[in-house]
Amino acid sequence: MSNITKAPTPAAGGRAGAKKELSEHFKAYKHIWVFVEQERGQVHPVSFELLGAGRKLADKLKVDLAAVVIGPEGEATRNAALESFCYGADLTYLVTDNVLSEYRNESYTKALTDLVNTYKPEILLLGATTLGRDLAGSVATTLLTGLTADCTELDVDADGSLAATRPTFGGSLLCTIYTLNYRPQMATVRPRVMPMPERVARDAARIIIHPLHLVEEDIVTKVLSFVPDRDSAKSNLAYADVVVAGGLGLGSPESFQLVRQLAAVLGAEYGCSRPLVQKGWVTSDRQIGQTGKTIRPKLYIAAGISGAIQHRVGVEGADLIVAINTDKNAPIFDFAHIGIVNDAMHLLPALTAAFRARLSPHSRDRLAS
Amino acid sequence: MHSVVCIKQVPDPAQIRVHPVTDTIVRKGVPTKINPYDLFALGAALELRDKFGGEITVLTMGPPSAEDSLRKALTFGADRAVLLTDSFFAGVDTLATTYVLATAIRKIGETFCRPDIIITGNESIDRETAEVGPGIAKRLGLLKLTYVAKIVGLDLISRTIEAECRAEGGVQVLRTKLPCLISMLEANNQTRRGVVTDVLPAGRAPIVKWSAQEAVVEDISKCGAPGSPTIVKRVFAPSPGSEKAGLVEAAEQPTKVLMKPILNSQPRLETDLVAQARGF
Repeated sequence: MSNITKAPTPAAGGRAGAKKELSEHFKAYKHIWVFVEQERGQVHPVSFELLGAGRKLADKLKVDLAAVVIGPEGEATRNAALESFCYGADLTYLVTDNVLSEYRNESYTKALTDLVNTYKPEILLLGATTLGRDLAGSVATTLLTGLTADCTELDVDADGSLAATRPTFGGSLLCTIYTLNYRPQMATVRPRVMPMPERVARDAARIIIHPLHLVEEDIVTKVLSFVPDRDSAKSNLAYADVVVAGGLGLGSPESFQLVRQLAAVLGAEYGCSRPLVQKGWVTSDRQIGQTGKTIRPKLYIAAGISGAIQHRVGVEGADLIVAINTDKNAPIFDFAHIGIVNDAMHLLPALTAAFRARLSPHSRDRLAS
Repeated sequence: MHSVVCIKQVPDPAQIRVHPVTDTIVRKGVPTKINPYDLFALGAALELRDKFGGEITVLTMGPPSAEDSLRKALTFGADRAVLLTDSFFAGVDTLATTYVLATAIRKIGETFCRPDIIITGNESIDRETAEVGPGIAKRLGLLKLTYVAKIVGLDLISRTIEAECRAEGGVQVLRTKLPCLISMLEANNQTRRGVVTDVLPAGRAPIVKWSAQEAVVEDISKCGAPGSPTIVKRVFAPSPGSEKAGLVEAAEQPTKVLMKPILNSQPRLETDLVAQARGF
């Protein structure tokens, strides 16, 4: 990552100089695990991104990379186990039971902590999704080990310790965190922070099946229903190739439709900065930034967004950032690739019209160039 | 009905800086406030008290100055406030924090009244881990619901709670048993402020201050820095962007100026988009 700057310095409490003194029973902990998350039969892409990141760490440590698949019996769970090999896993731990058909903290925590206590990994990575964060917090507290949330960079030191770097204070600062003397070393990573590795068709290698030992009557929490998000809210914002977003510079909730219109012409997803969610103009699933979604599109157009650090950390992975803002001193121009000092209210409709003309199948503009 | 609401006094994250010479976090002069998520937690507790009666205890761990946030929570309508403050609590990570808070919640139960529900914000805006709520529940052996957008129902006779919880791609409606812990998202409940019946008793409400010993923390090695498995080795500021954007000042035809570099830098974009428009 490009964020590395100054030399190491002592942090609060003077514990930065702490040494690794791993107790005897933790020395048995080996290999890297990635929790493969499924939602209603679909593997969350963040799991494959983590297998990619985990593969690099495993190669550096010369250990195995294992996928952990937990879910109901059936084809979807089996496919998740098989797919993991295509994204770099050396083996898969599998817990299947029909009480796992919907995610519940109690049952999934038991499945994962039982696996850890039995097979003892040194590093355990999960996606920082709602499910992954809920599960990781419970597992870490049960195992009394350290957990670093929402990491943006993972590495291993010369002594084999996991160095997990994460933004803190809303992205104003970065810190590198270690769990030196407890195992496993746990970390979560948000979707789209790590690049998606290429899928390589591979036969399944080792699959280790582990029983759950839990019946429905043991689980107190019941799922009454699942209400899927309305289609309009079912955005694929994090994984879109083109994203258009608006901020406070739009001035009024009505102007936000200018963002939607340009997005529609570009076949793009639309998003917004945090203030628009706080004002209730746009729903929170459209928020881009530190407390919203991280995006990695080929093209990102930010209209009327000032570009506070909290927004920046969510969009830095975009290949091309185009910023439109009336204030030429807006911080967004510090990291945008193309900056236009202009009023988004005028420019957005003009761009929409221009792209509509250019992208029409009969565009003379395009054929001429 | 007794609700315990855990709150955190946080600095304004945008104003935190790294000292350019010493590379340490500069908190001095940075204004503090109650973590916004925690206000929704308090709002949920107020709604429950309106419906079922009972009382609300707000709890925080922090420096003596965290009393300011407790005072504010009292004016919002909490009945009682507990401040955990002790040098032994300094330098905690989330695991040690949950040990101290869980211990204090047990003590609150013994001293005042056993809580029926513990409500936290889903995460803090300074650390953003979302780990503390679930951790407290685990330590206390309680059930929990996280990412709660709304409490749909609560029944004190069957001792159950139903809530809408944000999940990937939708909302899960879950039912579990009391006592339990829930962590609240930024929800629809409007934090009410300045209701006379809430504000008037606030001046008289006590702030209970407990040290580690008073909160009956049995194992001091489990709190503060020694009880924290994670160690922050480095703190640094993100590097500024490599270069400033080439600014196009209100050009005559900004769309032309803009479209060319967009399409040139993303050669496949145009073909992809046209194909998409044709419905391939």
